Amino acid sequence: MKKGGRKISALVVDDDRVIRVVEEKLLVRFGLETKVAKNGKEALDLFVAGNTFDFVVMDMEMPVMDGPEATRALRARGVDCMIVGVTSRGDGPEKAEFEAAGLNCCWEKPLNAQIVGTILDKLAKKLS
Amino acid sequence: MERQAAYLRNALFDQGYLDEQFLQLEDLQDEANPHFVEEVVKLFYTDSVRLIQSIELTLKNTPWDFEKLDNIMHQFKGSSSSIGAKKVKKECSQFQEYCNVGNVEGCIREFQEVKQEHAALKRKLENYFQLAREAR
Repeated sequence: MKKGGRKISALVVDDDRVIRVVEEKLLVRFGLETKVAKNGKEALDLFVAGNTFDFVVMDMEMPVMDGPEATRALRARGVDCMIVGVTSRGDGPEKAEFEAAGLNCCWEKPLNAQIVGTILDKLAKKLS
Repeated sequence: MERQAAYLRNALFDQGYLDEQFLQLEDLQDEANPHFVEEVVKLFYTDSVRLIQSIELTLKNTPWDFEKLDNIMHQFKGSSSSIGAKKVKKECSQFQEYCNVGNVEGCIREFQEVKQEHAALKRKLENYFQLAREAR
């Protein structure tokens, strides 16, 4: 999938290695260019270093810096790319807090091809 | 041999050991990554052993840190769900419920269930991968 000649880029942020591997492979299968980060702080550092992404897949619960904190920090920096939250906590106050932190949408884990398709549709609408 | 492998695989779904997320993994397997499913499952079993040990260690310290137990199990559940480990995921959720109400006995019992399902799935998947490899 390309955006004006270059590949769409995504950042996967999750403290679980298995999830990072699966999510990254899924996104690469859709033709995306991907990077991974182990927690919110690593994700933030990537942006601070000048990296940009079309969207971020952000896990909610992570050590060092969690999803809500990282999302707030990114939005405070003026990062306006899509940030998609993923959690296996279901609906509740934690999810609401996560969404309020500045997510574009939030999905229940695990990420699958259908969810990625929906995210890319949203992205296409956002960019048009 | 191929039929045996297919039979084993279908049984894992029919008996509720695996859910549709495993199908997602199979879809991601291709010529560039011909052993993707087996590699991801191996990764899961390597990493989840560490999580189980972490829970065991936390259970040794009294009074119990239910929040910590819940957090570790939460990660375990997320990891399990990413490979489609349906029964393991269910037992993880049950453990978390006992954690939430501070039910010590429930947690101890349920942790045994988690470990049993975790080990059972490992055996079954190893059999399946072995047969699938021999069938190629």
